[in-house]
Amino acid sequence: MSKLVLARILQGIPVLLIVVTATFFLVRAAPGGPFDAERSLPAEVVKNLEKRYNLDAPVLHQYVDYLGNLVRGDFGPSFRYPNRSVTELIRTGMPITFELAFYAIVVAVVVGVMSGLIAAVRPNSLQDYLPMSLAMTGICLPAFLLGPILVLIFGIWLEWLPVSGWGYSPGDKILPSVTLGSAYAAYIARLTRAGMLEVLSQDFIRTARAKGLSMPGVVFRHALRGGLAPVVAFSGPAVAGLLTGSFVVETIFQIPGLGRFYVQAAFNRDYTMIMGTTILLSCLIVILNIVVDILAVWMNPRLRKVR
Amino acid sequence: MHRWLSRRGCTIRIIGAANNWRYLAPNCVGIIIIVFTLSGCDLGPTNVEQGNLEQILHLGNGTEPQDLDPHIVTGVTEHNIISALLEGLVGENPETLEPVPGMAEYWVVSADGREYTFFIRDQAKWSNGDPVTAQDFAWSWQRMLSPALAAEYAYQLYPIKNARAFNKGEIQSFSEVGVKAVDDKTLEVLLEHPTPYFLSLLAHYSTFPVHPPTILRFGEMDERGSAWTRPGNFVSNGPFKLKSWRLNYIIEVEKNAHYWDAETVKLAGIRFYPIDNIQTEERMFRTGALHATSTTPSEKIEVYQSKSPHLISISPYLGTYFYRFNVTRPPLDDPRVRLALSLTVDRQAIIDSVTKGGQIPAYSFTPPNTQGYFPPKSPVSYDLEHGRALLAEAGFSEGQGFPELELLYNTSDGHRRIAEAIQQMWKKGLGIDVRLVNTDWKVYLSRTNQLDYDISRAGWIGDYPDPNTFLDMMLSDGGNNRTGWRNNDYDELIERAATLTNQKERYQAFEQAEMILDREAPLLPIYTYTRVALRDPSVKNWFPNILDHHPYKYVYLQSD
Amino acid sequence: MPENMIDSLKSLEQIEFEEGRSLWNDAWVRLKRNRLAMFGLWVMLFLVSISLLTPWFAPYGYEIQDLELGASGPSLAHWLGTDTLGRDLLTRLMYGGRVSLLVGFAATAVSLAVGVIWGIVAGYMGGSVDAVMMRIVDILYALPFMIFVILLMVVFGQSFLLLFLAIGLVEWLTMARIVRGQVQALRRQEFVSAAIVTGLSSAQIMRRHILPNIMGPVIVYVTLTIPAVMLFEAFLSFLGLGVQPPQSSWGVLIATGVETMEEYPWLLIFPGLALSITLFALNFLGDGLRDALDPRSASGAGGVHE
Repeated sequence: MSKLVLARILQGIPVLLIVVTATFFLVRAAPGGPFDAERSLPAEVVKNLEKRYNLDAPVLHQYVDYLGNLVRGDFGPSFRYPNRSVTELIRTGMPITFELAFYAIVVAVVVGVMSGLIAAVRPNSLQDYLPMSLAMTGICLPAFLLGPILVLIFGIWLEWLPVSGWGYSPGDKILPSVTLGSAYAAYIARLTRAGMLEVLSQDFIRTARAKGLSMPGVVFRHALRGGLAPVVAFSGPAVAGLLTGSFVVETIFQIPGLGRFYVQAAFNRDYTMIMGTTILLSCLIVILNIVVDILAVWMNPRLRKVR
Repeated sequence: MHRWLSRRGCTIRIIGAANNWRYLAPNCVGIIIIVFTLSGCDLGPTNVEQGNLEQILHLGNGTEPQDLDPHIVTGVTEHNIISALLEGLVGENPETLEPVPGMAEYWVVSADGREYTFFIRDQAKWSNGDPVTAQDFAWSWQRMLSPALAAEYAYQLYPIKNARAFNKGEIQSFSEVGVKAVDDKTLEVLLEHPTPYFLSLLAHYSTFPVHPPTILRFGEMDERGSAWTRPGNFVSNGPFKLKSWRLNYIIEVEKNAHYWDAETVKLAGIRFYPIDNIQTEERMFRTGALHATSTTPSEKIEVYQSKSPHLISISPYLGTYFYRFNVTRPPLDDPRVRLALSLTVDRQAIIDSVTKGGQIPAYSFTPPNTQGYFPPKSPVSYDLEHGRALLAEAGFSEGQGFPELELLYNTSDGHRRIAEAIQQMWKKGLGIDVRLVNTDWKVYLSRTNQLDYDISRAGWIGDYPDPNTFLDMMLSDGGNNRTGWRNNDYDELIERAATLTNQKERYQAFEQAEMILDREAPLLPIYTYTRVALRDPSVKNWFPNILDHHPYKYVYLQSD
Repeated sequence: MPENMIDSLKSLEQIEFEEGRSLWNDAWVRLKRNRLAMFGLWVMLFLVSISLLTPWFAPYGYEIQDLELGASGPSLAHWLGTDTLGRDLLTRLMYGGRVSLLVGFAATAVSLAVGVIWGIVAGYMGGSVDAVMMRIVDILYALPFMIFVILLMVVFGQSFLLLFLAIGLVEWLTMARIVRGQVQALRRQEFVSAAIVTGLSSAQIMRRHILPNIMGPVIVYVTLTIPAVMLFEAFLSFLGLGVQPPQSSWGVLIATGVETMEEYPWLLIFPGLALSITLFALNFLGDGLRDALDPRSASGAGGVHE
C-alpha cells in the first residue's frame, strides 16, 4: 500500500509541473494585464511597473525565474495587493475556507448519505420520494440562490442568525455552512441512493440476508461499503471544488476566505496570485485523489487483489 | 437464472425493516431546528446600536483596498480609509469641498498664481509624536514622483514645475522640481502654469505626506509594497490611526490623540468593511450591521424611497456615464451617424425606468455646475425626427444598409439593462440593429484601449472639482481618449485654458472646447451620476457633496 | 472456472445477439409500466415541443420592452408578469428554455460521451494507462477555468459551439472519475473474468459487460448534470460566453431574479419552477430508465456468477 501511495505522490510531480507551466503561459496570453485600469497609465509608469515585477523580461526568462523562486518556496508578491506576498494572502484565507469547507462536508455527508440510505432501502415509496424530492430541490437551489433565501428567512424575517461575517458574532457560521453543504448533500443523496440500489440488488446481500442478518445490519456491515463507491469517487473532486465553489458563499456572507481571492485573482489578472492558488488547488486535487483511491480500495476489498 | 426472484425477495424484506429507518428522517430535521434555535436566541445589540454608544462608525466600503499607501493606490475605497488616516496641506469643507486649512495653517499665493507658500502649523504632529515638517512634504512628493515608485496618480502633481519631467526620468535632480522646504515649517511650491484648482489637488490623497523615517525603516524611499502600511507600523498625521487590518474583512481605525485638531474629532473609531456584493451590503445595513452603505442596488431604491425615505439619500456626483464611439470605424467615422445615435437615446426614460437613482440626463460630457461651470447648450436632445433625418443624410435612410454594430460593456446588471434599453431605442427609432457584447473588466479595458470595439460603455469620475478633469480626457493624445478622435482646435483650447488665471476666461475656453465635442460627438453622454446611499439617521454631520467626500473628523453618532 | 459456467456465458451471448432488439423492447415495456417515468417523459416531450414551437407561440417578442410598465406581476396581458424593462416573462421563459434545454442536453451529451469512455477505458485497463488518463483529468481540474474560457473566447470568438465545449470540458471530469471507480470494482467481479476467459476482446467486454452495469450511477449523474449545466451557463454568460442579451436563458433569468427576489418575486419563482420541473421530470425518467435497463432485472440476462 505504501508503495502505491509513494507512486501516486511521484505522479503528482509531473501533474504539478504541467499545471504550473500551462497556467503560467495561459494567464499571460489572456487579454488584459494586471496594470490595466480605468485610467490608463503613462507609458513610463507602465515600464517601471513591469520592471518592478519582472514582466519586462522575455516570457521564457520569466518562467525560469518563477520556477527558481518556486523551488525556494517563494510565490512572489501579489500584483493586486502590492504590500502582500501570495504566501501571506493564502495563509490568511486558507484556514477560513478550510473550516467552512469542513462544516459543509459534514452537512453534505451526514444529510446526503442519510437521506440516500433512507430512500434506497425502500425505493419507490414515500420514504424514497420525500428525501429525493428534497435532494432535487437542493440541486435546483445552487448557493447563489439558496444563500440569499436563507439569509432572508433566518437573518431578516426571523432575525435568528447574522446575515454576514465569520466568527464575528455567535451563529454566523451556520448559514454559510448549510448553504455550501446543501448542494453537495443533494448530489451525495442521489448518488448514495443509486449506489445502494446497485449493491442491494446483488447476490451477496441476498446471501447475507439468508444467513439471518437484519436489514440495518446488512446495510451497514455489507452494503454501505460498496454502495458508497460513487459517492467516494465524487467526493474527491467535490472537496477540491469546495475551495473554488466557496467563492459564492464567501461573497454572499462576507467571509474573508480563499475562494474570494481565487476568483478575484483571475478577474484582476493577478498573475502571481493565480499561480499560487492554482498550485494549491492542484496539490489538493492530487492528495485528495490519492485519499479517495485508498478509500475505494478499503471499501471494496476486491480491488486489493490486483495491483 | 433466478435473479429476478432474488430481487423481489429482497425488496419484501426491506419493507419489513423499513420501520427502523423511519425515525431517522424526523430526527435529522429535529437536530437542525434545535441548532438553529439555540444559536439564534440572542444576537445581542447590533453594530449600529453598540456603535452609537461607543462612537464607532461602521461603514460599507466597496472592495478590499489594494494598499493604504497614498502614493500607490487609485481607488475610491482607498480614499475613504486614507482620508481618515492622513491629512494634506489643505483639508476640505465637508459641505462645499472648499479648501480649508489642514496641515498648513495658512498659505500665500503670488499675484501671477504660480507661487504658493505654505506655513505648516506648529501643532501638526505624526501619530508617534514627531512634528510634521515642510521637509516631510518635499520628501513625500519626491517619492510620489520617483519613476521607480511608478505611482499611477503621479500626474496629480504635474502642475508643479518640472514635476512631469522628473517623473518621466528626463531630469534626475529633484532640486530642479518646484518644491522647496525653506525651513521646518515653510514650504514653497512653484507651478508650471497658474492652476486655479491646485488647492483642490492638495486635498487629494495622492499629495498627502507620508512619514519618511517609517518608510525608510521598512524599505527604500521608492519601494512599492513594503510593510510600512501594516497596523503597528503605519504612522499617520490625520484624525485617526490604523488599529487593525483583516484582509477582505475589516479595517479598523481609532482616534489619533496627536492630531492637531483632536478636539473636533468625536468618533472613537471607524470600521471599514470591504463588501463586494451590493445585495449583501444592503442586507447588512438592514440588520443594523452598518451605519452607511457605499451604494444601493437599483431595485431597492424605490422600496426605500416609499417605505423609509429617512434612510436613503440621493445626491449629485461628479461623474458622467457615457458611451464611446470608435470614430476610426465606418460608419461611426461620420459625425452625422454619431449624432443620430445620440439623438435617439431617451435619457429620461432610462433614468426613470432603469437606473431609478434620480440621475440627471446628460447631453454634454462635463456635469453641470462643476465648480460653477455649466456646459454650453448642446445640439443634442431627445429628437427622433432629427436623428432619422441625420441618418438618412449619412446614407442610411430608415436604417437601410446600416451594418450591425457591436456594443461592448463590462459585465454588470446595471450596464446590461441600460444597453438593452438603448438597443431597443435604436431599433425602434432608427431601424438599426446593435449586438450586445459583454466581457469581464480586464478584457473590456484591453479592447477599448486597442480600439477593438464599435461602441463601448464608459464612465468618468472627476478627480477634483474642475471641468479640466473631464475635458482633458479627450485630448488627441490623451491616454483615456480611447475613441480615436483627434481635433487640433480642441487640443489648443484645452492647453490655452491651462495657462489662464482668470476663471471666466478659462471657463470660456472650456465652453468652446465643449461645443466642439458636442458637435463632433465622439462620445454619447447618457447621465450625470448620483450617489445613492443608505445611511442611518444617527450619523450626524455627514453632508452630500459632488465628490462624495465626508471628512470623518466632523462626523459623530447620536441616536434620536 | 467451471465448464458449465463458460457454457452459460456463451449461451448468454447468443441471447444478447439474438434478442438484441427484444432487450430494448423489454426495457421499453418496463419503462412504459413505470407511471412516474412516463410522466417524466411526457413532461420533457412537452417542454421540448414548446421550445421548438416558441417562435410561433410566444405571446410577445423576447426583446420587446415597455419601459413605462417596468416590472409588473402576473396579469391577463402578461400571464407570468414582466421584468424590470417591461418585457413579457412568459415569452422570455419560453425562449430561454430553448437555450437552456439545448445547452443542457448538448453539453451533457458531450460530457457523457467523453466521460464514460474515458472512465471505462481507464478503469478497465488499469495500470499505467489508468495512471496517465487520470492524471490528465487531475490537470484539467486544476487549471484556472476562468482564464481558460477567456482565452478560448479570444481565439474562437463568442459562439454556441464554444459554449458546449467549455461546459463539456468541465463536466466530463467528474463523470470520468465516477465511471472509473465503478468500473474498477466491476472488473474484479467473476463475470468479467469469465468473459475474458471466453476470449472476448477488451472492447467487447467494456461494451457488453461493463457499460450496462454502470448505467445506474451514470444515469443519475447525467440527470444531475443537466440542471447543473443550465446554471453553469449563467456563470459563463458572466464572462461573455453563453447567451447575449436581450436573449436569455433559465440560468440567467434565475441569477438576475435572485437579486430582485424581495421586490419582484415572480422573476425568480417562474424561472425557478421551470428548472425544477425539468429536473424532477428528468429524475423520474432517469430512475425509470435505470430500472428498465438494469441487466439483472431483465429476464435471463446478466447475473450468472455464483
